[in-house]
Amino acid sequence: MTDTLTPVLTRNWGTDRSWTLDAYRAQGGYAGLKQALTMSPKAVTDLVKDAGLRGRGGAGFPTGLKWSFVPQDNPNPKYLVVNGDESEPGTCKDIPLMMASPHTLVEGVIISAYAINAHTAFIYIRGEVAHPIRRVRAAVREAYAAGLLGANILGSGYDLELIVHAGAGAYICGEETALLNSLAGLRGQPRLRPPFPAVAGLYASPTVINNVESIATVPSILAYGKDWFQSMGTEKSKGFTIYSLSGHVARPGQYEAPLGITMRELLELAGGVRAGHTLKFFTPGGSSTPILTAADLDVTLDYEGLAAKGTMLGTKAMQIFDETVSVVRTTRRWVDFYKHESCGKCTPCREGTWWLAQILARLEAGEGEPGDVDKLVSVASSIGGRSFCPLADGAVACVTSAVKHFREEFEVGYTTPAWEHLPYAQSTLFAKEVRP
Amino acid sequence: MSDDMVTLSIDGLEVSVPKGTHLIRAAEAAGIAIPRFCDHPLLDPVGACRQCLVEITDAGNGRGFPKPQPSCTTEAANGMVALTGASSAAARQAQADILELLLINHPLDCPVCDKGGECPLQNQALADGRGETRFTDVKRTYPTPTPVSELILLDRERCVLCTRCTRFADQIAGDPTLALVERGAKQQVGIYPDEPFHSYFSGNVVQICPVGALTSADYRFSARPFDLVSTATTCENCASGCQLRVDARHFEVKRRYAGEAPDINEEWSCDRGRFGFVSARGEDRLTRPLVRRGGELQPVTWPEALAAAVAGLTPALGSTGVLTGGRLTLETAYAYSTFARKVLRTHNIDFRSRLASDEEAAFLAAYVVGRPDVTYADLDRAARVVLVAFEPEEESPAVFLRLRKAVRKGGLKIATIAPYRSRGAAKLGAELLPAGPADVVNALAGLTADENTILLVGERLAATPGGYSALAGLLGRTGARLAWIPRRAGEIGALVAGCLPGLLPGARPVDDPEARAEVAKVWGELPAVDGLDVTAMIAAAASGRLRALVTSGIEAADFADPALVAAALKTAFVVSLETRLSQVAAAADVVLPVDLLEQQVGTFLNWEHRTGAVNQVVDHPRLPMTEVRVLAALAAALGTPLGFATPEAARAGLLTLPRYEGERASMLRIEPETALPSGVVLASWRELLDDSRLLDGAGHLVATAPPAVARISPQTRRTEGLATSTFVRLTGPKGSVTFPLVVTPTMVDDVIWVPARARDKLLADIGVDVGGAVTLSAAPDPKKEGEE
Repeated sequence: MTDTLTPVLTRNWGTDRSWTLDAYRAQGGYAGLKQALTMSPKAVTDLVKDAGLRGRGGAGFPTGLKWSFVPQDNPNPKYLVVNGDESEPGTCKDIPLMMASPHTLVEGVIISAYAINAHTAFIYIRGEVAHPIRRVRAAVREAYAAGLLGANILGSGYDLELIVHAGAGAYICGEETALLNSLAGLRGQPRLRPPFPAVAGLYASPTVINNVESIATVPSILAYGKDWFQSMGTEKSKGFTIYSLSGHVARPGQYEAPLGITMRELLELAGGVRAGHTLKFFTPGGSSTPILTAADLDVTLDYEGLAAKGTMLGTKAMQIFDETVSVVRTTRRWVDFYKHESCGKCTPCREGTWWLAQILARLEAGEGEPGDVDKLVSVASSIGGRSFCPLADGAVACVTSAVKHFREEFEVGYTTPAWEHLPYAQSTLFAKEVRP
Repeated sequence: MSDDMVTLSIDGLEVSVPKGTHLIRAAEAAGIAIPRFCDHPLLDPVGACRQCLVEITDAGNGRGFPKPQPSCTTEAANGMVALTGASSAAARQAQADILELLLINHPLDCPVCDKGGECPLQNQALADGRGETRFTDVKRTYPTPTPVSELILLDRERCVLCTRCTRFADQIAGDPTLALVERGAKQQVGIYPDEPFHSYFSGNVVQICPVGALTSADYRFSARPFDLVSTATTCENCASGCQLRVDARHFEVKRRYAGEAPDINEEWSCDRGRFGFVSARGEDRLTRPLVRRGGELQPVTWPEALAAAVAGLTPALGSTGVLTGGRLTLETAYAYSTFARKVLRTHNIDFRSRLASDEEAAFLAAYVVGRPDVTYADLDRAARVVLVAFEPEEESPAVFLRLRKAVRKGGLKIATIAPYRSRGAAKLGAELLPAGPADVVNALAGLTADENTILLVGERLAATPGGYSALAGLLGRTGARLAWIPRRAGEIGALVAGCLPGLLPGARPVDDPEARAEVAKVWGELPAVDGLDVTAMIAAAASGRLRALVTSGIEAADFADPALVAAALKTAFVVSLETRLSQVAAAADVVLPVDLLEQQVGTFLNWEHRTGAVNQVVDHPRLPMTEVRVLAALAAALGTPLGFATPEAARAGLLTLPRYEGERASMLRIEPETALPSGVVLASWRELLDDSRLLDGAGHLVATAPPAVARISPQTRRTEGLATSTFVRLTGPKGSVTFPLVVTPTMVDDVIWVPARARDKLLADIGVDVGGAVTLSAAPDPKKEGEE
């Protein structure tokens, strides 16, 4: 049953003015909320827990379980914070969702906040993406006007304020504690756990932080039930999710499918690698996940299947690279990104990415020194597993996996620039225009 | 094993530590050193440098961690098994890797770096680092140094971004203007362009910096650590009793660091204690005796000077006053006490060179001397502290830091009886119990307190008649605990030594025959009636009733009426024992030079009555004599031997007095003044960095002082017609002084606050005491006036 698309979150993306309240309601929107408000908060939490929804932001932590960690006897207010700081190279699911159907998210926020007894919720959106921010803010305004937010929601007696916050442009603020710091007006750097956000998160109060897609999935569980949700996916990875395919694929875009679909099936759904070319490597879950090659096409795209391959489901962002692509160049670009986005708090990430970037720049330019590839791997191993937060692990994942699969290509960098070894024009989609 | 202890294994050694202890502390308890940079026991853990990674094969639940864990943020758990670099290859590798990463951008300038020789990074690089670097790429560079204040310079290239300094500024000092800026590899320590790191505690960041990134403008490039000789001593700047480590070279103090004193200043010191030690290096340092001849002070030999002093004092025996200032060691204070009673046959002795009253003297004799009731540790545990006429940040910085710690960590609640919520009070989260100088009595009378309340009382309470009486009433009524915290380091010692007209050593009242008899065994028969206090002595000397004064370390500006002091000095025969040519010494008839504190040994008693050793830091062969030795010589010349000639012998002499078990002095009850001054009342106190002569020469330090401003409430600004002025002129009977005007919302109405001793703006010059009325008027900006 994993061979078909299962549009739930993406179902209304193609409808006319899908981002409006009217359009969302016309296709059954806010039914989940009405259902939730007939239940007790605990019952909502239990339903989501039983359904088996796992976090769609990368780590795959069970969402309902996270909610149940909120100490309800804590006298401080409870907060729900939605992580919309989608910034990872290749990842493109939350932003289109917020663009196309912001009310799915808003409905999810109301239900989730209700479940944890929060009366204030925040949606933290990556600052660079002005359009989705406007769409979500407009949806929130509509929801307030329709009595879906504010005091006494739909006559239920439940109150919720929802604040849409634009970040200031930092990848690290997708890390939940850095996000909370940023939201509170502090420096966007991760902080120590414990205390965990569930106990002392935003303003030192119990806080649940969930990814946009996780929260957006909640209304459908309320509307259609846990059995429906569990009918999709695998034993441990229940339900459906949005896979984003980009790069050298015939039809790039968002594909919503049950967890457990294989990469081969997904690639076929997207029309395969661009015509006349073959797959060289791909990321399974964004640039932070170790890359895989054509040999791994039958991997099931769920939490367990990818873990078995030594990589991760991550944000389910498949970047597809064909044989024209220089893996050295790709790795260099990724590492430059992590160097730029390192928050600077801990030594390995701050200093290590600075060093990796310089070695990779040399190798790309064909100016590498013998031993540089070993040094690259060695420096990467100095960083991995030693950093304060997982950003650095993500930063070196591409380096170690790329060298593991394509060591010779890196060694070419001792003598030959990557742009001579694999001319970059060949890998652009519009290569014909620049070919001589 | 109690429930609040956990037992774990580190490198195979079993160690038990309190629950909540971090692994790095547990390792220390087991004698195992784990390298670290960001960790500091007095700062909140941050886990940033990652140098302290260890392998944890069992977290206490049977499972290990797949990755090495930072021992500075990992709490010890029962059954935990941790392996440091000493026993685990994985931990050793992790530490070596982190060290390599820390060094890739670090300059190789150890030979010219102040920290070279005492640098944790250098030490660890030598012990565990690679012989040669693998880093062949481009290092991060910055312009260097970058001043973060006039006093503190930052070499960003050396910084390892451990954030000890920024955490200190935020968590300990409460002055978070030193912070991180930028991100990633460009992250650095910085300040806002117009907000330098001005903190009374800024020097601590130099001391805790684990590399040479933060240096002081004063010490930079002036010595190498391995050439310095370190001596532990006690700070002379205030009554906190901070322990210091003083580093000297070639008979000169090069720098002062906070010592390690967990019971006192922990590992901190204020900038005044750290940098304010060069005042005696100027041209005015006295090394030879001076005698007034033909109206001028002339250098003479010691025998000539002693003969001149004897010639002046002999006819004045019984009509001489002794003013000892508040900065003497216990031993020197005892020498003066002995000199006054035994040699000059008088009780005319007072250590208070400041605003003082009979009521205060009686209170000190009855409630303070020899009755220590509160310690720093008590502040840690306290539930409620009330500050009475006391600004800890200005007047006892170590007390401020301890209070702040208790507020942050222990939930201490502080209230302050003050005319406004000062910067220091705000940093303590203190509740303001608003009271102008005249309202303090009412505030004390209305204060709710119980035996769990600690009252910290400053010497400024003497400015309010009836204040100490109200305090005594409060203590009796509520059972609250009391600590009296004077500003000067020697005041408690002077009290214990009996440097008050009604008080003999060991809390013995002069008017108690048994007490007098005990002391008479050592000093001989003593007059039965109290002597004159400081105010009376000055008045009597000015009018000629008191014929001679012996003074030490006082200044005319210390007193409410400097003109009267000047008249007293002019009229009486004055013998001045001084280190520097002061205003007082310049008016004296005989000036006897004495050693600096750094050249002698002795003891300070801090506000807790805790003994703090003063040790000899420099031992220069060409120096004057200690004050005790000079007094002994003078006593001998006067024909009555002092009985001792060294500080050690003075101490021994004090200790020969038995513990006094008799009646204590009784409190003198004073009714508050009912006739309140009309108009705007003056409130004031001395700030930590002001016109103090002890700060002479410390230009970088003084430059960090807060600007001297006058504060009034918005209401007073309107009623006084100052709505449009940015400067205000205070006028009293003797003159006026102008300050920039700051409207302070928490200020009590009809009160103006100004600093007592701002540079070039001595409040004493206008002739109004705290609590008196001043006239306010709008003043033009003096700078603009000068331009026009």
